[in-house]
Amino acid sequence: MDSDTQPKIALHKFSSCDGCQLAFLNLGAGLLSVFEQFEVVHFAEAGPVADDVPVLISFVEGSISTPDDLARIKQVRANSRYLITIGACATAGGLQALRNLADDDGWVESVYATPEYIDTLDTVTPIRAHVPVDAELWGCPVNGTQVLNALHACRNGTLPVVEHDKVCLECKRQQTVCVMVTRGLPCMGPVTRTGCGALCPGYARDCYACYGPAENSEDGILRDRFAGLGLNNKQIEHRFTSFTSAAGMTRDVNRRKGTE
Amino acid sequence: MSKERKLNIKVPVLARVEGAGALRIKIRQGRIKQAELDIFEPPRLFERLLIGRDYHEVPDMVARICGICPVAYQMSAVSALEGIFGLDPGARVRAMRRVFYCGEWMQSHALHIHLLALPDFLGFDSAPAMAKAYPDEVRRGLALQALGNDIIRLFGGRSVHPVGACVGGFHHTPDRPSVRQLLDKLQASLPQAEALLRWTAALDLPEDDQDFCSVSLTHPQDYPMIGERMVSSSGLDIGIEDFEDYVNEYQVPHSTALHALLHGETYLVGPLARMNLNQARLPPATRELLAECSIRFPSRNMYHSLIARAAEIHLALTEAIRLLEEDSDAQPLRVAPQVRAGTGFGASEAPRGLLYHRYEVTETGTIASARIVPPTSQNQARMEQDLVTSLENYGLQHAADALQLRAETVIRNYDPCISCATHFLRLRVEHD
Repeated sequence: MDSDTQPKIALHKFSSCDGCQLAFLNLGAGLLSVFEQFEVVHFAEAGPVADDVPVLISFVEGSISTPDDLARIKQVRANSRYLITIGACATAGGLQALRNLADDDGWVESVYATPEYIDTLDTVTPIRAHVPVDAELWGCPVNGTQVLNALHACRNGTLPVVEHDKVCLECKRQQTVCVMVTRGLPCMGPVTRTGCGALCPGYARDCYACYGPAENSEDGILRDRFAGLGLNNKQIEHRFTSFTSAAGMTRDVNRRKGTE
Repeated sequence: MSKERKLNIKVPVLARVEGAGALRIKIRQGRIKQAELDIFEPPRLFERLLIGRDYHEVPDMVARICGICPVAYQMSAVSALEGIFGLDPGARVRAMRRVFYCGEWMQSHALHIHLLALPDFLGFDSAPAMAKAYPDEVRRGLALQALGNDIIRLFGGRSVHPVGACVGGFHHTPDRPSVRQLLDKLQASLPQAEALLRWTAALDLPEDDQDFCSVSLTHPQDYPMIGERMVSSSGLDIGIEDFEDYVNEYQVPHSTALHALLHGETYLVGPLARMNLNQARLPPATRELLAECSIRFPSRNMYHSLIARAAEIHLALTEAIRLLEEDSDAQPLRVAPQVRAGTGFGASEAPRGLLYHRYEVTETGTIASARIVPPTSQNQARMEQDLVTSLENYGLQHAADALQLRAETVIRNYDPCISCATHFLRLRVEHD
């Protein structure tokens, strides 16, 4: 396929750990196939750099935390037919969004001796808080199946199917023994979106909600159960606010959009 | 070419590094006046957000500092926390952690060699472009990367932010058929790792000898991965609990990554530093293979980092095979900790170099303070020094695009993990 007919794609990075880009870079020979089927115009870690070119699909990793990020995400939106967020940071703030919840102002000062050199916004926010997003892929990190599905769906003019089921359902499908029922572990599976393949219960531990909130979750009932397992209020709060603490900003939108 | 020529080169995003940052080079009267690696990592303040969390949340949280080396963050963290609790997880946990770590070295090094570094030396702008001329070599590299990911997945379920590691060992014990299946694959891949090392050792890399101090962990018998002592080529030999007495971190205006100096001097961590200091502890198969190649360590040529990475892939594969073959179910893969208050230190050799953690924990197991010094911060001052030396050795009379490519090559050669330390890399070369 020559470059006139190849759909153009881009991958833009904001504040993140780079782990979601690895969903592409870990595809093995599949990575070469993506580069054959699509013209990758911007994907700095893989080589191509052209961050202001109109594309069919922009994948966006990372959350917005600096004034420069704000200007850049608007440019990405203007250049993209489909803007797909990949991962917890882009979709729900990521771990760094925990600083939004801090009750003291001294976070930057606690790490940097000269905080005036550090130029950040007051809050860490997901992409949806600033520009319209066509689909949000949850997960910390997203996996290769998720990004490939999105790539091929958008190429065919549709949006990827996004999982809304709970991790619990995936455990039942896999016949994984429930770690909360049998071992009393404070598993977040009952309120967490699946897509990971219910990895943690399969590895004999409690889910820690890295795929964000599932649809219609009964958070209150689970909090009560955790209290019954002996967790104190702080520990329960931490279970519910780690990797996707800014999810509230996007949750209503996702519910409305359903599985389009 | 006139020494007075005015030249401005701008590269909005430096390609083929993990993350992004900026490079500012000022040339005056034919000399480099200033070379700064500008790092604008939007601060994620991990050391602050860990405070108040339970100790058992730490391995999953610190993994998120870096998608490319999450195992390193998990291993430095669990070592530090186990030190506080006086917990010895036992020989089997230590061996399987080493296998887990071998997986990370393999995937990270194979990614760096093939996707990030080699295009510079073979004259391409990306690995997919390079794959058209070197299809077998690129596919071999991606296969070794995938094999490293398979090892991490055996213990952690997934290769990015694996879920298996915990204080005391692993949540999950891999079943024997899965181990056997992976072992077969690892053994079948040894010829690929050998071929990669022979191929990289024969590459025509630039000659650029420099003076630098190598620093790494050390171990009485083994090539270091997780360790308690650190050494340098200048004769330093200290316990890692003394790390902060010797290494000073300081903030510079152009970077959100703190710079680090050892006794006031720049130093190198990473594969070349490890290879320079620990050749005697290489597995025999890797040592013999290196002896057959024309390369000799210790080396002062920074570009030999690429060959050191290939040698460490061979070493990691050899070690993973040996340790998995020797493994038995005789001991558990998890020992429960007895929580107590204290301060602990942990260090391990991330693919990019020494990664130091210190935690202070309360009597209920809550994190009271955390200090994390990633390898890229430690290398940052050395990278700036290398830029000056390398570009002056190369010749400042070269055309702007050639100077730019050489400067980018110098930086990429360190495999800076900008997610750990940095974000936007912009290059501006100013002549006046």
